[in-house]
Amino acid sequence: MSKILEKEFFSKNVVKLVLEAPEIAKTRKPGHFVIIRIDEKGERIPLTISSADEKKGTITLVIQKVGVTSAKLCNMNVGDVIMDVVGPLGTATHIEKVGTVLCAGGGVGVAPMLPIVEGLKKAGNRVITILAARSKDLIILEDQMREYSDEVIVMTDDGSYGKKGLVTAGMEEVINREKVDLCFVIGPAIMMKFGALTTKKYNIPTVASLNTIMVDGTGMCGACRVHIGGKTRFVCVDGPEFDAHQVDFDEMMTRLGAYKDQEYEAYQKYLQTVEA
Amino acid sequence: MENIAEYLKAERSQEWRAELRKRMKAKERTSLERIKMPEEDPDVRNKNSVEVNRGLFPEMAIAESHRCLDCPDPTCITGCPVGINIPKFIKQIEVEDFAGAAITLKETNALPAVCGRVCPQEKQCELNCFYTQKLNKPPIAIGYLERFAADWERNSGQMSIPKTEKKNKIKVGVVGSGPAGLAAAGDLAKYGYDVTVFEALHEVGGVLKYGIPEFRLPNELVDVEIETMRKMGIKFRTDFIVGKTASFDDLKEEGFKAFFVGSGAGLPRFMNIPGENLNGIFSSNEYLTRINLMHAASEEYDTPVISGKNVAVIGGGNTAMDSVRTAKRLGAEKAMIIYRRSEVEMPARVEEIKHAKEEGIIFMNLHNPLEYYGDENGRVKQAKIQKMELGEPDASGRRRPIPIEGSEFIIDVDTVVVSVGVSPNPLIPQALKDLKVTDWGTIVVDPDTMQSSVPEIFAGGDIVRGGATVILAMGDGRKAAAGMHKYIQEKIKAN
Repeated sequence: MSKILEKEFFSKNVVKLVLEAPEIAKTRKPGHFVIIRIDEKGERIPLTISSADEKKGTITLVIQKVGVTSAKLCNMNVGDVIMDVVGPLGTATHIEKVGTVLCAGGGVGVAPMLPIVEGLKKAGNRVITILAARSKDLIILEDQMREYSDEVIVMTDDGSYGKKGLVTAGMEEVINREKVDLCFVIGPAIMMKFGALTTKKYNIPTVASLNTIMVDGTGMCGACRVHIGGKTRFVCVDGPEFDAHQVDFDEMMTRLGAYKDQEYEAYQKYLQTVEA
Repeated sequence: MENIAEYLKAERSQEWRAELRKRMKAKERTSLERIKMPEEDPDVRNKNSVEVNRGLFPEMAIAESHRCLDCPDPTCITGCPVGINIPKFIKQIEVEDFAGAAITLKETNALPAVCGRVCPQEKQCELNCFYTQKLNKPPIAIGYLERFAADWERNSGQMSIPKTEKKNKIKVGVVGSGPAGLAAAGDLAKYGYDVTVFEALHEVGGVLKYGIPEFRLPNELVDVEIETMRKMGIKFRTDFIVGKTASFDDLKEEGFKAFFVGSGAGLPRFMNIPGENLNGIFSSNEYLTRINLMHAASEEYDTPVISGKNVAVIGGGNTAMDSVRTAKRLGAEKAMIIYRRSEVEMPARVEEIKHAKEEGIIFMNLHNPLEYYGDENGRVKQAKIQKMELGEPDASGRRRPIPIEGSEFIIDVDTVVVSVGVSPNPLIPQALKDLKVTDWGTIVVDPDTMQSSVPEIFAGGDIVRGGATVILAMGDGRKAAAGMHKYIQEKIKAN
């Protein structure tokens, strides 16, 4: 059981929650995720840990409203209790000093990128961060990112903030300007796919953090499986981070849509109950 | 073993047992017919989740108990991985001391209501029964009687709490709350230890909860057994992954002196054939977990599941039977088993195969999938199947399946459940660098004490065996508990 201690709206559909989870706060590392279940009847969903405070015993999650469970989470308030929070899960990000690292985060993918950026900076890298989103109100954690980045580039699809254009335009700009030794791309699958294609052109090693469907999160169910370099791997125990150039993003996107119809129907039903 | 034999002999020579043996001639006993388990109608039960076997009525159990000869050399016990005093509990049923029978069961078995349902008795106690071995007659229905006594006690509302030694305040940890962990925890508590069971999922019970379906093992019954364990002083911590949430070292700092690891054979195996990652193709672990643990088939629960009209389950084990019978209950018009050998080689229990056939499951034995094809949305729609024939026996002693070239054909499927085995869960070995594991990832232990290469860590169940049965896991748990007890006591003496 985990109590919600803080809640902040980053935008209408993106919420930051600070949860009481002292053990996880103590052992988590960048790249780790948790599985949560809101209540007795809830489903289990994975969420990457955005930050943690070991002293206060808290972890921070950033949630975007996309379906029933995420909407329920966003509608919870300070003092409410999440029935199950288990973790930290997955393999931690491999962080070392490599030189210049380009970190491209799209949408809420910026949240799991934050601890990676922090870790890379502390390891002595030059860190260039790109924050990308459809529009200004969806750009999150800019101040926190600036704290650990040598440079922050903001890209919006509609040009309402920063530069107008896709994340890949920002990436190419940096790559053409200076030598990039390593790249991280985290965000929606489609964004990671094109981010990976971009760095592939320039032969820059690239890591993506995959956010697939999971049930247990400990390697037991295989719902999260995806082809990596022609081999089926489990995102929960083998990942969530993989060589982005080896990931079959098309398969991953298809698998993410496995329950599209059920999810849509359930969400419509949920919206009716909320409005009623 | 010597003192166990003597103990059994002493128990057998008690007056009430001796007197009972005289009440009826052996010939009369052996002329009695084995009782039949009442079952739900197959055409009704394949549409709901009620338990298939309904259990014996008291008069049926008493009648069956009369068949048992109370042999001087009870070979049935040698077939039981947890060493239940089988003749004693059966004779207690004969004198209608059902509560006493339940107590006898719980002396060596933490979960009698579970084992009475899911143990392969036909390969264990009942195989070694005098009736099977010497009389060539159906064995005593030991499993049914075990279930009867356990159920009677539960329904009586007066569950006996197994006696525990005086609490010694020594903390021990059990990793995983499946059958191995529960058996170890039960025995460790009996020895007097302060036991905490750590479970990664949100519910206690492991495979008993997420794996075995309601129609074979109701969850409610597992909960009752766990409640008894709580009353013995055992603590349970769900949502806790040892090696992740806290390390073994963290726990040692908290005072834990030794651990039993029963983390199970977590990872599902796939066949690595083309199209296997299409939507609608699950591991049996995922399919069953969604239904059993997450209640995906129930409207009120948020977890979804895909289960279509043409469901193919690949494999021939108990998990495959559980999956295919679940698919039928979720409305499949065609629920098929696709198994590469013949029925003789099937690892599933005879009873499960029988029940599946009664429920209208289609068996495509000597068939094997080669490839899956999807529709435009990435959902599986067809499978290419190849016919097989049996060749010479392989390493497992079973005849090797050989593909028949040119026999391939296409069938329509909209859901596939892959149930071809599991690999050990890597979380614990990953968390302990010094832990010796085999090439398959199972933990190496001393077979007598279940102690691993890390002295304070003991292990058992599927993480050691790589995929076996509930009762073998429980036997390991008991053996490990004894090993841990010895290890800790010796350590105390040495200090």
